[in-house]
Amino acid sequence: MVRLIAKSPSEGILPFEVNGLTLVELDVGPITSVAPFDGQAVAASDRLRALAGMELPKPNRSSGREGARAVWSGAGQAMVLGVAVDAAMRQHAALTDQSDAWAVFRLEGQGVEDVLARLTPLDLNPGVFKRGHVARSLLGHMSALFLRVSGEAFEIMVFRSMARTAVHEIEVAMKAVAARKALA
Amino acid sequence: MRIKCPLCGDRDQREFTYMGHETYLDRPADEGWSPAWDTYLHLRDNPAGVTRDLWYHGAGCTSWLLVERDTTTHDILRVDLARDAKRGRG
Repeated sequence: MVRLIAKSPSEGILPFEVNGLTLVELDVGPITSVAPFDGQAVAASDRLRALAGMELPKPNRSSGREGARAVWSGAGQAMVLGVAVDAAMRQHAALTDQSDAWAVFRLEGQGVEDVLARLTPLDLNPGVFKRGHVARSLLGHMSALFLRVSGEAFEIMVFRSMARTAVHEIEVAMKAVAARKALA
Repeated sequence: MRIKCPLCGDRDQREFTYMGHETYLDRPADEGWSPAWDTYLHLRDNPAGVTRDLWYHGAGCTSWLLVERDTTTHDILRVDLARDAKRGRG
């Protein structure tokens, strides 16, 4: 039988480091979109808590923890990362397996907001955008999902087909921020 | 210009797409041709002042929004989810 070799979205171009900031690719495991049916949001959230120990997150928020997380991803939709979603959820929500559809990065280091400020119109000030906060917005010209996982680290999700462009955009921004710091 | 999305909060205009006047929320009930369809498709005012139109938050929560704004000052006066506005009209 032919054995296919799985390649991650950013195989061969990550990780790298620029002036203390690091960009690495994450393998978060299964990714499932959960979209509760009309009027079923509470029932879906209760069921997810019973099955996976996390509720469906409110807009702009996440729930759970690293390795088993639910991330709000739009109107009436959340992505569950790291754990498979039991088919019992289908009673309350539309489920779609999106495990191979996303590229997930972790950008970390002091001044990480300065890099992202060059790419997204979001206000990522630590006083406004706190740990566990989530936003869907733009990274350059592409749709992206931002999650703050600590004071100095973000997880960024983009569509898999955009992975190489996203890495390039973030790399250019990291180098530009480093260059500005070198001048100061 | 910034629009305060009811779900996402205060966001930059580049995340949104203009989708036309709020007339599009009131589709004529009849399936045949009638003057109501002509009005629905083509007749628009061009106000200097307050107007209400639909915007799509494509780079955010992907909701359609009903935005009340002032064309002379660029003030955004009110933003609702189009879904809620439509349900409110029955």
